[in-house]
Amino acid sequence: MRDRSALTLLVAQVLVISLMLSLFGRLFYLQIADGPRYQEAALDNQSRDIVIPALRGLIVDIEGNALATNKAGLMVTADRLVLDKLEDKGESVLARVAEVLMLEYADIYTRTRLCGELARGERDGCWNGNRYQPIPITKEASENQVFTILEGSDLFAGIDAKPVPIRFYPSSAGERATHVLGYLGPITEKNLNSEEGKPYYRNELIGKAGVELLYDEELRGVPGIKKVIVDRKEIVRRELINRAPAAGNHLILSLNAKLQAAVETELKDAIFRARANGHRGDSGAAIVMDVSTGEVLAMASYPDYDLNIWEDGITVKQAKDLYSQNTGVPALSRAIQGEFAPASTFKVISLSAAVEAGYSLKATYQCPGEVKIGDRVFRNYDSKATGRISMTTAIAISCDSIWYQIAYDEWVRDGGLKPKPSPNDFFFNSAKGYGLGKKTGVDLPSEQSGRLPDRQWKLDWYERNKDFYCNYTQKAKKSQLTPYLIEIARENCLDGDKVRAGDMVNFSIGQGDTLMTPLQLVVVYAALANGGKLMVPKIAKAIVEPSGRVVREFEPEISGRLPIEKSTLKFLQNSLRAVVTSGTATRAFSGVGVEVSGKTGTGQVFGRNLDGSSKGDTSWFASFAPSKKPKYAVVMMVSQGGFGASTSGVGVRNIYEHIFGTNGRVAIIPNGTPKVLPRIDSSKAPLS
Amino acid sequence: MRIPLKSRKRKGFLAGVDQLLNSAVLILLLIGIVLVYAATRDWFAANGLDPEYYLKRQVVNVIIGITLACGTTLIDYRLLRAYTPFVWGLGVLGLVAVLIPGLGSTINGARSWISFPGGLQFQPAELAKISIIVGMALILSERMTGLNRPSNKQVLQALALAGLPMVLIVAQPDFGTVLIISAAVITMISLSGASLYWVTGLLVTGAVGVYVAVASGEVSEYQLDRLESFVDPLANPLASGYQLRQARITIGSGGLLGKGLFDGPQTNGRFVPEQQTDFIFTVAGEELGFLGSSFILLLYLILLMRAFAIARTTTDLFGKMVCIGVVAWFSFQIFENIGMTMGVMPMTGVPLPFLSYGGSAMFANMIAFGLLQNVYQRTRRNS
Repeated sequence: MRDRSALTLLVAQVLVISLMLSLFGRLFYLQIADGPRYQEAALDNQSRDIVIPALRGLIVDIEGNALATNKAGLMVTADRLVLDKLEDKGESVLARVAEVLMLEYADIYTRTRLCGELARGERDGCWNGNRYQPIPITKEASENQVFTILEGSDLFAGIDAKPVPIRFYPSSAGERATHVLGYLGPITEKNLNSEEGKPYYRNELIGKAGVELLYDEELRGVPGIKKVIVDRKEIVRRELINRAPAAGNHLILSLNAKLQAAVETELKDAIFRARANGHRGDSGAAIVMDVSTGEVLAMASYPDYDLNIWEDGITVKQAKDLYSQNTGVPALSRAIQGEFAPASTFKVISLSAAVEAGYSLKATYQCPGEVKIGDRVFRNYDSKATGRISMTTAIAISCDSIWYQIAYDEWVRDGGLKPKPSPNDFFFNSAKGYGLGKKTGVDLPSEQSGRLPDRQWKLDWYERNKDFYCNYTQKAKKSQLTPYLIEIARENCLDGDKVRAGDMVNFSIGQGDTLMTPLQLVVVYAALANGGKLMVPKIAKAIVEPSGRVVREFEPEISGRLPIEKSTLKFLQNSLRAVVTSGTATRAFSGVGVEVSGKTGTGQVFGRNLDGSSKGDTSWFASFAPSKKPKYAVVMMVSQGGFGASTSGVGVRNIYEHIFGTNGRVAIIPNGTPKVLPRIDSSKAPLS
Repeated sequence: MRIPLKSRKRKGFLAGVDQLLNSAVLILLLIGIVLVYAATRDWFAANGLDPEYYLKRQVVNVIIGITLACGTTLIDYRLLRAYTPFVWGLGVLGLVAVLIPGLGSTINGARSWISFPGGLQFQPAELAKISIIVGMALILSERMTGLNRPSNKQVLQALALAGLPMVLIVAQPDFGTVLIISAAVITMISLSGASLYWVTGLLVTGAVGVYVAVASGEVSEYQLDRLESFVDPLANPLASGYQLRQARITIGSGGLLGKGLFDGPQTNGRFVPEQQTDFIFTVAGEELGFLGSSFILLLYLILLMRAFAIARTTTDLFGKMVCIGVVAWFSFQIFENIGMTMGVMPMTGVPLPFLSYGGSAMFANMIAFGLLQNVYQRTRRNS
């Protein structure tokens, strides 16, 4: 028995030794093998980054008037870490907050949700930061509201308030410039992880659109950062880094606030005029550009919206409406993102192509009411035949059939459906030289490039669509199975990869698959005015330090030259003047008080509206003035706006009256834009 | 392991005691004092309190502890047996007293303390550990004629003797202490030579007991929470799970050499609650690093190995059972406490012997240490 006792004692001893060894092993694992990880965790544990956002630079117009500034706001925030621990997940607290702030509970609920927490369709207005930072509910609380919240702290667990600078778009001249300026929003995971390596910090606001986005790095300055060591009670024990924020630079735009306001008003009036005449008039754009520098003096897009909704705390409905078809997608800038068939404004390109192809500018040409090509009949817009006319008259009265015939003849000469190895392609090459299908390079994000439907485009298009058209009866919807559409599908399947006669004829009057943005068109008309230089449109004029030192001034930039002779240019300029003196725009411009040259356009649009009705015509007017010594190019486009002259033509006329101060209006810039940079008076801004 | 028998007989205070065991415990006590100071000085100073508050009190605890250890070492063997029923009775009385509202005070969800005037507190459960071990050793070392193992009746008596105080401790409820005592009880009966049926039966009962206690809600939510956070430390980041995570970070960030005494940012920021008591090992981990912490483990290993050696060498069955009880208690409590700080054992509120701040536990540990030396001394005298 003594042996058993000794044995059990030994077993116990071995057991104890192994327990101690396992502790030793664990200690080794924690401190040596996994030590670095825990050292990092300890530092995370103890250090806190406190980001002090830099004051954002101002955005001013060419005269120094503030377009975007900062004002003092009171921000009310919710701490999800606290709210989520409450019995009802903070519902009653948020309901009380809604009552005090006089906001909708549903909006506050959405604003305090992480985007990932909400279903896909319900994310408008959600918080795209993280759970560990205070989430802003509003930045525009009144002092009384904040007192109510801070005094009843047990009723408002997790709710806090502090003063913050908020971005403010003052609209001092009545301008909105919604799409040019853009807005600010919370930083997203994508921004944080972007490879550009910009030093972003969480809970910073960054530019999300317009120049606020494009010049964000300049405007935002360098945020201050404080790294501190804290203890368990979050009491600061030591300071590691303390860098004060450096305010952002100011941005001077070429825009003229007063002109911008006037252009916005005229665009809106034009749209309402179209609606009064029975057109849908769903949207539009208008641009004023300095022809010699490419500086954009005004750029309007309708519908627009008040940018201040972003910082005021956007409601769910507001956020939804920005992207809704029913409200006309106000978030979309028609000036740079709207792509429409340029219609007759395109004829300057067709004329250039004809000259290149050897057609004489001195000769006269037939303008029949209709032209039959193959088995299809192409008509003049008003189906009128005028007999033989000069090319000037053809532009002035906007004859279509003259271009049909020339384009068709050239197409045949290039080999028709069996094109020569190296066709002349005068029309395509001319359009390319005018910048079609290429972005203008304006300093705004998300510009569209329009479309030049040349031979290559056709090939690409066919590659993408031949499966659909060649199996049309199986792939198309029932409603699309009409004999006419089936026939078109059959043709598309047969030779959809080729430029057909009809394509060429449509192209010659800026129709068919041709698309341009209003900005591309204004660049073309500015080039016609300035002697043939295609200018890169410029929104920003200069970047200026808070001290007033100019960091950078943006110089005019030429992206190309019109592919025409001086004589052709001269001819075009005269023809465009004739449009206004004795052509389609005569009535719209009678008595304008300044010599204007321009071109009307009424573009057919295929496709249907949401309610099933066919889309109405696009109303265009593209122009420059004064005709003899042009300073400004102006383009207006109204989608589903009816005739070019009556809707957009009149709108452009009114814009010129504002510019030059004719017919009793106050002249905004009769003698061109100022050549010196404005002084930025920061003291006018509430917070600088 | 054999006890080296000294050829020269020494007279005086330290004569006839196990010097290695003595040194290990004394060094542990010194380290404990320093760690308690390190755990509290910065925080107390930062909050405008006396930074030496805990240091002073721990020094007093150690001095009282050493006195108790000396007394226990020097006490007559026969007197020890005579005192046992008295000590046991006192322990039970104390455990009853803490349950009386007004006498017992609740700390961390358990009613474990008796408060005396002047801010002194006493935890009867610690005293109960001593009385249970000595009492059981007394009963299990008696031998009926013709039997070289304890009879079933003796085992039952021993269980009853341990059972009453344990039930009272469960009532507090102090789950951790009950676990430690259970480990000691089971080990003592297993090593007493009692029938294997007892051993198996006790192990099964222990396992079922833990299960029933958890299932029936006998274990309070506070304790369940602690057990749960062991399984998933992130389940409750600001309560027990937080504590366990911080403990691990604190130890892990110490690295090989540690951040230096008094220089641990985790310790000074007091990220681990109760770091001068149950979580004292995290202070060693962060400030003394792997080398320092390993040294502490080594001291404990020496202590336990000496206890085993004494148990093996002694010819006296009572002394042997006492040693076995003490070694089971110490090893399980050391493993549980350090294992908890490193996340390999669930969180139960037991202090680390000789290192943690606290009077009652210190006194009980030192009396147990005295008992080991007492047995050693008598073994030498008899040889």
